[in-house]
Amino acid sequence: MAALAIDRMLDAGARPKEDDATNAKDILGLNVQRFALAPTPDPAQFSKDNFGVGYGTDNHQKVQFAKGTTTLAFKFDGGVIISVDSRSTMGPYIASQTVKKVIEINPFLLGTMAGGAADCAFWERNLGTQCRMFELRNKRRVSVAAASKMLANTMYQYRGRGLSMGTMVCGWDESGPQLYYVDDDGTRLKGDAFCVGSGSTYAYGVIDSHLRADLTVEEAIDLGRRAIAGAAHRDAYSGGWNNLYHMKETGWEFIGAVDTNDLYYEHVHPSHIPAPPPKPTPSNVPR
Amino acid sequence: MECTLALVGDGYTLVAADRNAARSIICFKKDEDKVTVLDSHKIMGSSGAQADTVCFTEYVQKNMALYEISNGLKLSTPAAASFVRNELAVALRKGPYQTNLLLGGYDEEHGATLYYLDYLASSNKVNYGCHGYVSSFVLSIFDREWTPGMTEAQGLELLKKCIDEIQVRFLVHMPEFTVKIVDKDGVRVLPQPK
Repeated sequence: MAALAIDRMLDAGARPKEDDATNAKDILGLNVQRFALAPTPDPAQFSKDNFGVGYGTDNHQKVQFAKGTTTLAFKFDGGVIISVDSRSTMGPYIASQTVKKVIEINPFLLGTMAGGAADCAFWERNLGTQCRMFELRNKRRVSVAAASKMLANTMYQYRGRGLSMGTMVCGWDESGPQLYYVDDDGTRLKGDAFCVGSGSTYAYGVIDSHLRADLTVEEAIDLGRRAIAGAAHRDAYSGGWNNLYHMKETGWEFIGAVDTNDLYYEHVHPSHIPAPPPKPTPSNVPR
Repeated sequence: MECTLALVGDGYTLVAADRNAARSIICFKKDEDKVTVLDSHKIMGSSGAQADTVCFTEYVQKNMALYEISNGLKLSTPAAASFVRNELAVALRKGPYQTNLLLGGYDEEHGATLYYLDYLASSNKVNYGCHGYVSSFVLSIFDREWTPGMTEAQGLELLKKCIDEIQVRFLVHMPEFTVKIVDKDGVRVLPQPK
C-alpha cells in the first residue's frame, strides 16, 4: 500500500525529463552506488513534507511510519547489557508485538532500533558490510569507535533527507566494552548508559537510580528487564516482549525474550505475592 | 541551551564550555568535551548541533595539521581565524554548519588572542566572548570585571564569577565545565574553578 501511494505522488509531481533513465535505474535499485532521491526539485523538502516521523504531526501523510519504542543499553564491569521492547505502532494502532529491535551486525557488534524500522534495519545492515570490508582490508576487527563513526558519517551525509534513526552501537573491541549513541542528525556520543525512544524517560528513571559499575551479571540483567518493564507499563507505545543481550569479551550472547506483561506482574505490580489486605484508612478517621 | 565563554589575559587565553550533551528534554551526558585542541597553541570552544560541531572542528583540526606538514610552519591565530571564517562563509550558502566558536591561541607575533566566530561567518577579535543564552548573564560580568593584563589567577577568578552566575540564575543545569588555557608553553587543561 505504501509503495503504491508513493508512485502516485511521484507521477503528480514534476519529474525532470533528462533524469528519467537514471531515475528509473535508481528506483529499481540497479545503481547500487547511489541512493535514490525523490525526483522533485527539492528532495529534502519533499521528504520533510511526506515522510515526517513526528508523533501526532504525521497524520496528514499517506505514509505513516511504524514507531514507538523503548531501547536501552548500559555498561558495567561485566560488559554491556542491551535490553529492548518489541512493540511497533502506527498512530494508535499496534502494528506488531514481535519486532526484533536488536540488530546483530556481527558477533562483536550489536545495534538497536528506534525511530524508523526500515532506516535502522537498512543502515545497520549497511554498517555490517562496511565493517566486513574493514576486516578484509585491515586483517583485524573494527573498533566500536570506528564502526559508530561510519554510521554517524552515513547519517550526516543524508541529514535533512528525512531519515529516522536513534540507535546504540554496542560492542567489545581491544579496549574493552564500548557503547555509542548515534542518531539521524549525525549526533554521535560515547557513554556509559543510554535510553532511546518514546519510553526512554521511564527507562532512564529506573537505570539512573540503580546502575552501579560493580553489578553482577545477574543483577545487571535484572536491571535491564526492570527498566523495560517500567517503560512498557507507562509508555503506551512500548510493550510486547523484552529481548535482552549481554555483550561479553567473547562476543554477544542472547539472554532471552520475556513477555513484558509477565514482567509487569513480576516487578512493577507484584500482586501475586500474598500480602495481608491493607487496612481501610479513610482520611476522616481520627488518629 | 549550551554555553561557551572565553577571555584573554596576560599572555594567555582561557576557553571554557559546559559539558552537557542534550536532545529535546533529555540530557544524555554530563562529560562531553566541547573545547577542542586544534594544534599545540590553539584551542576552540564550540556550541551548536553536535554533528556539525564535531564535523567542522575535526575538519579544521586536520586541515591545519596538513598545512603544517605541507609548509613546515603553523598558522598564526589570526590566520587560523581567517581560515575558519572562510570555511564557514563558503558553507553558509549551502546549508551552513550550525556551530558557534571561540578560537583562542598564542603565537610569537600576536601574543595571546581570542576570536569570536559564529555560524553566519562573522569573525571578531575580542578580549572576552560568550555564546548561547548565558551570554545574557555573563557579558555584563565581563564588561564590569574584565581588565587588560589579568593574571591567570585573576582570569580564573573572573571565570568562576561567570560560572557561579550561570549556576544561580540560568534555567538549564550546567554542573560541569571544561576549562582550557593556552599560553607560550602550549595548552593545559585546568580543573573547573570552584
